[in-house]
Amino acid sequence: MAAVIELEHVTFSYGEEAEDQGFIEDLSLSVEEGSFVAVLGHNGSGKSTIAKLLSGLKLPQKGRVFVCGIDTSDEERELEAKKNIGMVFQTPDNQIVATIVEEDVAFGPENLGVEPSEIRRRVDEALAAVGMEEYKDHAPNKLSGGQKQRVAIAGVLAMQPRCMVLDEPTAMLDPRGRGEVMKTILRLREQYGMTIVLITHYMNEAAMADRVVVMDDGRVAADGTPREIFSQVQKLKQLGLDVPQPTELIDQLKQAGIDLPDGILTVDECVQAVTRAFMEE
Amino acid sequence: MLKDITIGQYYPAFSVIHAMDPRVKFLMMIGFIVVIFLAWNIAALGLVLVFCLAVLFLSRVPVKVYLKSLKPIIPIIIFTAVLNALYIDGEVLWKWWIIEITKEGLLRSGYVALRIIMLILITSVLTYTTTPTQLTDAIERVFSPLNRLKIDVHVFAMIMTIALRFIPTLIEETEKIMNAQKSRGADLETGSLLQRVRALLPILIPLLFSAFHRAFELADAMECRCYHGGKGRTRLKQLKCAGRDYAAIGIFLPVCAGIICASVLIPIF
Repeated sequence: MAAVIELEHVTFSYGEEAEDQGFIEDLSLSVEEGSFVAVLGHNGSGKSTIAKLLSGLKLPQKGRVFVCGIDTSDEERELEAKKNIGMVFQTPDNQIVATIVEEDVAFGPENLGVEPSEIRRRVDEALAAVGMEEYKDHAPNKLSGGQKQRVAIAGVLAMQPRCMVLDEPTAMLDPRGRGEVMKTILRLREQYGMTIVLITHYMNEAAMADRVVVMDDGRVAADGTPREIFSQVQKLKQLGLDVPQPTELIDQLKQAGIDLPDGILTVDECVQAVTRAFMEE
Repeated sequence: MLKDITIGQYYPAFSVIHAMDPRVKFLMMIGFIVVIFLAWNIAALGLVLVFCLAVLFLSRVPVKVYLKSLKPIIPIIIFTAVLNALYIDGEVLWKWWIIEITKEGLLRSGYVALRIIMLILITSVLTYTTTPTQLTDAIERVFSPLNRLKIDVHVFAMIMTIALRFIPTLIEETEKIMNAQKSRGADLETGSLLQRVRALLPILIPLLFSAFHRAFELADAMECRCYHGGKGRTRLKQLKCAGRDYAAIGIFLPVCAGIICASVLIPIF
């Protein structure tokens, strides 16, 4: 499969003042079309810098970043690259431009010069995809955080990007809003086969992806399926990360001498494994 | 307290005026303001009044709402009316010391008061029947010929939209900061004026800081959504003049002509 996103030996730092915050060193990473990649890492590990580089808001000092085969430093193809990569940021309020939900969703296609009738179609489709169609005439400031974030996702979707990059989209939300946003992301993946890069520090969100990249000190510290990554409980803890609660429980039981399998991520799996272990005893 | 501030006093209702093209409404309002200033006698002002009341009636916005819009300018009306009554020479009706009240003065002050009231009412019709978004849209398109003079009208419209979008957000934030400072013992309500102004600083500084932070983030988000100014931009909502707009123009122009004729042909007093 073709790679939608490609980072080749990328080095980037925010300059001397922010010396040890969010720098990236000789990072190579590629994301395949249709995959769902979660990027994990503690604060300052460089995970959000990846989002900035992919969006073209920042350009690498060394190496190159490709989005759909377009170098983000290519000024002539800047719009084409930006159109193909949908960015969703952390603060829901600071990415909504218009005073009415549907007009905000239309903002991207309007900038791209899409025909009005086509914009209408895309706006309706995008709002339906995030389940916000009944709010299309509402003012964004009257919505909850989770709803605002879904509007932001719809706004990106209406540009019909090939890939979506979400930079800690749930960090400012309450548990309910977090659930809404994650459900929307999973639906996009199922219905549209959208390539998704989710930057997060929530382990249970990362566990939903089909690939997890763990960042530490501007480098990739681990890269693999959620099962592979989360079975390395000790390593993750050394990197300053938690593991999903079920995995943590299984790990502690194993340390206590109970024979249990590796790579357990969900509550259901955990319950099954524990009951099986007790039945055997 | 802060939540009571409303920007754009849109009054939702279903009426012909609400349904009209905002560009037409905007241009008609400007035209009518000019006409109001051209009306210099009872016949012309009478026509203005009749037209104004007809528009008010058609807008289906309750009279009470209109009266509320007049309330804040009552002092201005009284002030200008009194000045006009005192300073116009003519047939003296009443005299005390150096104060003279003339027939012409009284008439003139009546005209002026009426004219200010009409002015407020007709602009209220526009703001009550048009959403802020429609208004911004209309202004952008009405002034679009200015683009030829290298004035980027789109930018002003964008700024207006963003301002409208963020006013409620910033008001909410101000309230949060005020509560946070109050909970730490900040005293905002008592003390001399100077003390109270000084007490506002711990509110304004975080507010400004956060507003700038928001601005930078919003700029990033806009850039990511391919914003590159007004060039080559299309719009979701196309403004279209319908039959009712042409009908409105068809009524409006003769009325204006009538008012101007009445004003020119009939002497002032």
